[in-house]
Amino acid sequence: MVQFNLPKNSKILKGNYFKDKTGSKNIKKINIYRWDPDKNENPKIDTFEVDLTKCGNKVLDVLNKIKNEIDPSLTYRRSCAHGVCGSCAMNVDGINTLSCMKSHKDINGDIDIYPLPHLKVIKDLVADLSTLYRQYESIEPWLKIKKQKSKIIETSQSKENRKKLDGLYECIMCACCSTSCPSYWWNGDKYLGPAVLLQAYRWIIDSRDEERKERLKIVADKLKLYGCHTIMNCTSSCPKGLNPAKAISSLKKMLATN
Amino acid sequence: MSTYKIIDHEYDVLVVGAGGAGLRAAVGLSESGLNTACISKVFPTRSHTSAAQGGISAALGNAGEDDWRWHMYDTVKGSDWLGDQDSIEYLCKEAPKAVIELEHYGVPFSRTEDGKIYQRAFGGMTKDYGNSPVQRTCAAADRTGHAILHTLYGQALKHNTKFFIEYFALDLIMKNGECKGVIAWNLNEGTIHRFRSHITIIATGGYGKIYYSATAAHTCTGDGNAMVLRAGLPLQDMEFVQFHPTGLYGIGCLISEAVRGEGGYLLNSNGERFMEKYAPSAKDLASRDVVSRSIAIEINEGRGIGEQKDHVHLHINHIDKKIIEARLPGISESVETFVGRDVTKEPIPVVPTVHYNMGGIPTNYKAEVLTTNGRDKTIPGLMAIGEAACVSVHGANRLGSNSLIDLVVFGKSAAQRAIELVKPNTPHEKISSSETDKCLDRFDRLRNGNGQNQTSELRLAMQKTMQSKCAVFRNEKTLKEGVDEIKKPYEGMESISVKDKSLIFNTDLMETLEFDNLIRQAITTMESAYFRKESRGAHAREDFPKRDDINYMKHTLSWHNGKEVKINYRPVTLSTMSNDVQSFPPKERIY
Repeated sequence: MVQFNLPKNSKILKGNYFKDKTGSKNIKKINIYRWDPDKNENPKIDTFEVDLTKCGNKVLDVLNKIKNEIDPSLTYRRSCAHGVCGSCAMNVDGINTLSCMKSHKDINGDIDIYPLPHLKVIKDLVADLSTLYRQYESIEPWLKIKKQKSKIIETSQSKENRKKLDGLYECIMCACCSTSCPSYWWNGDKYLGPAVLLQAYRWIIDSRDEERKERLKIVADKLKLYGCHTIMNCTSSCPKGLNPAKAISSLKKMLATN
Repeated sequence: MSTYKIIDHEYDVLVVGAGGAGLRAAVGLSESGLNTACISKVFPTRSHTSAAQGGISAALGNAGEDDWRWHMYDTVKGSDWLGDQDSIEYLCKEAPKAVIELEHYGVPFSRTEDGKIYQRAFGGMTKDYGNSPVQRTCAAADRTGHAILHTLYGQALKHNTKFFIEYFALDLIMKNGECKGVIAWNLNEGTIHRFRSHITIIATGGYGKIYYSATAAHTCTGDGNAMVLRAGLPLQDMEFVQFHPTGLYGIGCLISEAVRGEGGYLLNSNGERFMEKYAPSAKDLASRDVVSRSIAIEINEGRGIGEQKDHVHLHINHIDKKIIEARLPGISESVETFVGRDVTKEPIPVVPTVHYNMGGIPTNYKAEVLTTNGRDKTIPGLMAIGEAACVSVHGANRLGSNSLIDLVVFGKSAAQRAIELVKPNTPHEKISSSETDKCLDRFDRLRNGNGQNQTSELRLAMQKTMQSKCAVFRNEKTLKEGVDEIKKPYEGMESISVKDKSLIFNTDLMETLEFDNLIRQAITTMESAYFRKESRGAHAREDFPKRDDINYMKHTLSWHNGKEVKINYRPVTLSTMSNDVQSFPPKERIY
């Protein structure tokens, strides 16, 4: 008989409870996924009672407060804190987002914080994005011009053509979209996912690029592109307000009409 | 000490840091066929270059006549005559080529009606040697740094640069005064690596996080600068810390100078355009140090805005909505996200905020690291570029949009110099384990810290001291107190507590190592500021309000041996590199 086993570390246990020591009345409970690669244990959810009286408005401020004042071993990536570097992407209150842009005031009740879904966890909230980075390399994210006409003059581009890059070049590769996509969850090794397809489209639609056909050929694959089933989670989760689903449908349309 | 297994690597050239400067160098090196590695503590596109907004300066002349000599004059004047004029000449002359090259790489610059790169006005950028504002700052909306960083990463991939991502550099490997590589810690696997290279290029950025309120990222901890100090080498002009006039009040997020470049202006609580008083000609587009001081004076004299009267307002609500949408979309988003205001209707609350370090590792225009023993001496095998370096093209005050151009011009220059110096695949000489041991001893000591003091507490004490004693205005009293006070968090490291003892992605330990890096730079910054008894650029002394060219037209060098700071000086280069331009002699600086 076939036996199904849950993958290792699927079962999440109850972890430690860090009680408030300030006596504040303005307390929020923060539940955070913890996993330590050095311990041969299942992941657990630690709960922290955090005094929000002296805390910035964003979820990253709460994490920093926990790390600085309660548990310095809490592990997460963070850098710019202003929504431009893409380091602090995680799942907050059930939605993938940048913790530096997400206000904790918008969340009712306890706040649940998990790593980006369906990635290998390295430690606590730090997930392994190496597959996505390799896929990004595979779409060859650089301008291809066969022979540069002049070394001292820019390649001309009309305002209209430049406008086609808006909504694409702003992508910060935080991976919120790709890791919210069920298709990417199940076939992340083959399907390129919304983040990488949006990047692919950014180069395909650039009027300066001379290898549109070859680029389309790279993505025109049953799994690489057509793994997309227009579920649209990507667009609803993008913290930068971009629309990867639209970029993907534009790619499909280009292939259908070319 | 625990024993650490060391994994060895050999490369012709090693770049430490993958921001704009590091990537530009890596592209040039890989393209030339040198076996090049680039290590970075964050994934390249997460580097702080991504936060640069307004643009990159170059006298392209796409929006009216321009000349690189005018750009050079502006930069010399902006530097308050502390910049080295040979390097500034090189920067401004090479700038147009460097920007065109970026465009050819694929940077999505905004465009003019005739399809050229869009250029906007920026503070201190003028035509005809100070006559009137010029549009010299090339922009990709207000996300220029992001656009450049992502494009350069693509180019590095194209040329097969070998990346080591989420590797934290610990120390330089020095032998007989020469640099032989770097020891680094792989965060993802928890392993220690020894990178041997003929040339090591430090491109680790600034150290804005010595202050409490900064536009700098958490990761701007000047790791390369601290490695240089620990190698017994000096840092230069550390007292020159740029306060950006318009950091978002209470948040610290940068509000680009592009806002004023596109016509925005500042108001105090009386509704006065106060910049007209301080800079009658350039007004809101005066140099950053001038605008920051003006705001600080307005606040100090009670004309600040809000309950605490501690900030001012930046208005762009008079500008056409469509222009804001096209040219300042990122700013609009940040203001909405962080203070919930609509910039097309309401003013932006701003306050001067620590933004950039003019000081850093002293280099010449070829990016070779310098020290002095009476006269300049280069350190074989060691280069520095970007905000980590002090070439010095920014002198006492950097002009907005001169940092992005600094990254690419000197990133390329470093690559060219390395190509001249290194023959591909030259064998590496033997290194004894003693240098590695010294570095790992520090690592191990901090890792096993079981003392009383938490890193976050020491860091906060350092940041508060810098913020209160070494701010926009300084004087003998604050600096003297600062020199004493800033030693305490450093001494506190003797009883450091690191809770997480693991090696895989141990951010508790990483933050402790970063603090160890920051505090050494905080100390050298404070002492350098104390000993400069004049006002120049970003260094404004209330007790010495005038520039003193007789005694202080010189670069400060500061060493930190782990116990105390040693200060020395080296001359400013006033002569130009070629006869294409005349040297600009010092004069009064009025905007």
